[in-house]
Order: sequence, then C-alpha cells, then structure tokens
Amino acid sequence: MNVQFRPEPSASVSVKTAIADCDIHPARATATELYPFLEKRWHDHLEAYGKQAYHGMMEGPPYPKAQPNASRRDAWPPEGGPQGSSLSFMQKQLLDPYNVALGVLNPLASGQGLRNQDLAGAICSAINDWQIEKWTSKDSRLKGSIVVANEDGLSAAAEIRRRAGDPNFVQVLLLSRTVEPLGQRRYWPIYEAAQEIGLPVGIHAFGFGGNPLTPSGWPSFYIEEMVGHSQCQQTVLASLVLEGVFERYPKLKMVMIEAGFGWAPSLGWRLDKSFERLHSEVPYLKRKPSEYIRDHIWWTTQPMEDPERRDHLFQVIEWIGWDKLLFATDYPHWDFDEPSRVLPAGVSDANREAFYLGNAKKLYGMS
Amino acid sequence: MARHVIALVEELPPGSRKFLTIDERPIAIFNIKGEFFGLLNRCPHQGAALCEGPLIGLAQSSDPGEIEYTRLGEIIRCPWHGWEFDIRTGQSYCDPKRFRARAYPVNVESGSAVVKGPYVAETLAVSVESDYVVVDL
Repeated sequence: MNVQFRPEPSASVSVKTAIADCDIHPARATATELYPFLEKRWHDHLEAYGKQAYHGMMEGPPYPKAQPNASRRDAWPPEGGPQGSSLSFMQKQLLDPYNVALGVLNPLASGQGLRNQDLAGAICSAINDWQIEKWTSKDSRLKGSIVVANEDGLSAAAEIRRRAGDPNFVQVLLLSRTVEPLGQRRYWPIYEAAQEIGLPVGIHAFGFGGNPLTPSGWPSFYIEEMVGHSQCQQTVLASLVLEGVFERYPKLKMVMIEAGFGWAPSLGWRLDKSFERLHSEVPYLKRKPSEYIRDHIWWTTQPMEDPERRDHLFQVIEWIGWDKLLFATDYPHWDFDEPSRVLPAGVSDANREAFYLGNAKKLYGMS
Repeated sequence: MARHVIALVEELPPGSRKFLTIDERPIAIFNIKGEFFGLLNRCPHQGAALCEGPLIGLAQSSDPGEIEYTRLGEIIRCPWHGWEFDIRTGQSYCDPKRFRARAYPVNVESGSAVVKGPYVAETLAVSVESDYVVVDL
C-alpha cells in the first residue's frame, strides 16, 4: 500500500480554445441510481431475476480492461463512486480545464442488448430520463444521447419519437455489436424515427449482441478487442450501405464512434470495386458505396489514428473530408485523448476549428 | 541545479511516494525497498500525472510462451494510457527513441551535511541529528 501525499493541483489560468467532446461516458454512482426512473415492478424484477444479455451470463466487460473500469486512474471522484459518476468532478477534470463547449454523453451498459425486451426498453428509457435529471439539466454544455433497446426496433422507435424535439438530446445511440448487422431490416424503424425527428444516429464500439467481436471467433487478448472494434465497425458500415439504409432514409446522418477512421478509404475502395462487378445483386443502390459513406457518415476521432508519417494521416482525412471528423476524448476511459496532443502541426486554422468544434456544432444543431 | 531537502527519511517509508512542486515543476519521490527515486510527474506522451500510476514489473519475452517478469515494483505505468517507464532512468518501454520521463537523482543526506549546504530546505527545519531525503533538480 502506498502512502500518498498530494497537494491540490493548482488551477490553470490559461484560457483554451473551446472544443466539443463527442464521446463522454457518464456512469451511475450506485447500482440503484436508476430506480427513481423505473417503475417499482422493475426494481423487484432486477433484484429477483437480474439482466439476461445476448452475451449469456455476463455483464459487459469479460475481463479487467487495462485500468480499473477501463478508466483513467485519476478519474475516481473524491466523493466516491466509479469514474464518470460525478458531475462536479467531471466539470473540474474535463469540462472546465479543456473548455468543452459541447459535451455529448454516450451512456454504455444501458440496457441495450437484453433478451427481455420490456426490461431493455424500461432501462433505456430510465437512462434517458436520468441523463436529463443528473447531467444535461445541471450543465448546459452537456447533451444526451437517446439510448434504445436496439434489438426491438419498434419499441426503440417509440422511445425515439417520445424524445422528439427535446433539446436535452442531440443523437440516438446504438452499439456496434448487435444480434445481426445493423443494416438489416429489424433495425430500420430506428433509422426511420431518427430521420423523422432529425437526429443523427451514433454507433459506438462495443455491445452485447452475443456474437464474437471478430468474424473468425473470440479473441484471446484485450488488445485484440481494442483493434477488433474497427473490424466490427467495418461490417456494420458495409451492412448499412449495402442493405440500402441510405437510399431508404436519405436524410439520415450517422456517427462512427470510437472505432477509428483510418480504414475508411480502404473499405470504400473495396466496396466500390465489388460494386462494379456485383451491382445487380443490390440494384437498389443508386450510387457507389463510397459516396454513401462520404455523404452520410461522421467519425469521432478517439483513439486518434497515429501513423509514423503525418502526411499519411492527412491523406486519410482528405478522403473522408475535414468536415466529417468530430473530436472526442472518451472521458473517463483510460484511452482518453488529450486535446492539445492529438492533431499534428500542419493543419489550417479553419480545418482545426472544424475538427475540434465546428463540425460537431453543425451536426448536432448547436450553431 | 539546486539540491532540495524535501523530507525526513522517516516520512517516506518503503512503498510510499510523495508528490510536491518545486520551482513550479510537479515532482514525485518514491521509496522502493529503501531506495529513493525522483520523477517529473508528467507523462511525456500526453501529459498525465504519470506518478499516480501503479508500480509494476517488467514483462519481457524472447519467444511466444516464454515470459520473464522481473524488476518488480520498478516500472511506473501511466494512469491514462498505460505507458511504462523505468523508475531508475525514465526510459520508456513503449517508444524509447522518442520519449523519456524526466528522472531526478534522490539521495539520503545526514542533517550535518545538509546544514552545511548548499541546499534548499523547502519547508523543513533541518536538524543535525536526522537524515533527509534530498533531490537534485
């Protein structure tokens, strides 16, 4: 056991340029923190039967994830509770020092992917109420994501419509690991409702769908999971494009969250090449697959691609478009990106502003 | 460079660490099994408070399946991204060519030596009967 003596850190006096943080994970301080937002029936149900996920008899993380709760070791709130569970500490550690003008909350482990669809819907709805009560109503910089029971498209769509026009929310949130690839029709009611109420759909890496993360089976190591999120997200994006989701919902905007973006050009090239030859299989696609990707997809940056040569990074971004990247820290998780260390030199002021703030304000309707 | 008297030896028993700011620099002093080490408390990667991380060992492998775990308690692991640095030298094990944590020499000096100077005693009243932890920076 270490004996630690630590003086209070001195407050920074420098004023930093405002940023948007498009991936913040709020946590519950206690297991029963959601109860005020759930009917009594569900309290009793949870205590008698628990939650059955498609993953089987386990909650999300099957092993310790490099740091406690996969979070920064300096992010434990002083009043107790897990990392990310205290608004005042989040303000002190993230929102104030980094001058976050817009922070998008992405609650994980929120009830998506439970086999009991009524329970999944109740928990997701409770999480949405909880985001307003605990976070967005207390700090106007924070905006919520509508979480939904994503395996039950109809109930998910109803929850989305229930939140229509509510300024506390700026997107609908799905997770990448679902029962079937996310382009399939069981999920279309979600996209229809999101388009109808005018919110983008974010797809965050992770989830409880019961399939291995990789197409070739369960990996041995956590490092494979970290890399596997990109592979998983590629199947998600290919499915969305090839099932015709963007033909069906032409105003739909989607955000790929925490799954990298360096692979985007290569996936686009491969899809386009196959499309030239196999077009007759998916004749409802009116444009090249890469065109749907470039028009409909935004990308959060964390964990930022970090090639040896910065011109390689710039070439990838040129393919994607400087107007499609959204800076994110992933606070309080351990692979946090510190804003000043992310973008190399050699970026124009206009692109830098778009990357850190402008694109997010525009996408999320805050400008 | 100045020599700073930062603690009585008894205040830093083995297994403890002390955080302090000297000349506006955040410093951490460690006592590892009776040896003292000093590091700048700022990770050269993205600036986290490096010295708040756990002290672990060094996992090395010559072949898959062969793992040696040595240097127990002498490797500091960053509380953010888990980058590992040698507490003795500040060497990075992730990217030794580009990054190095700033290490400072720390020694135990007798009170009589400290009284002679030149030392900077931060907030301590120095007594010739005691031994002190002294860091050079």
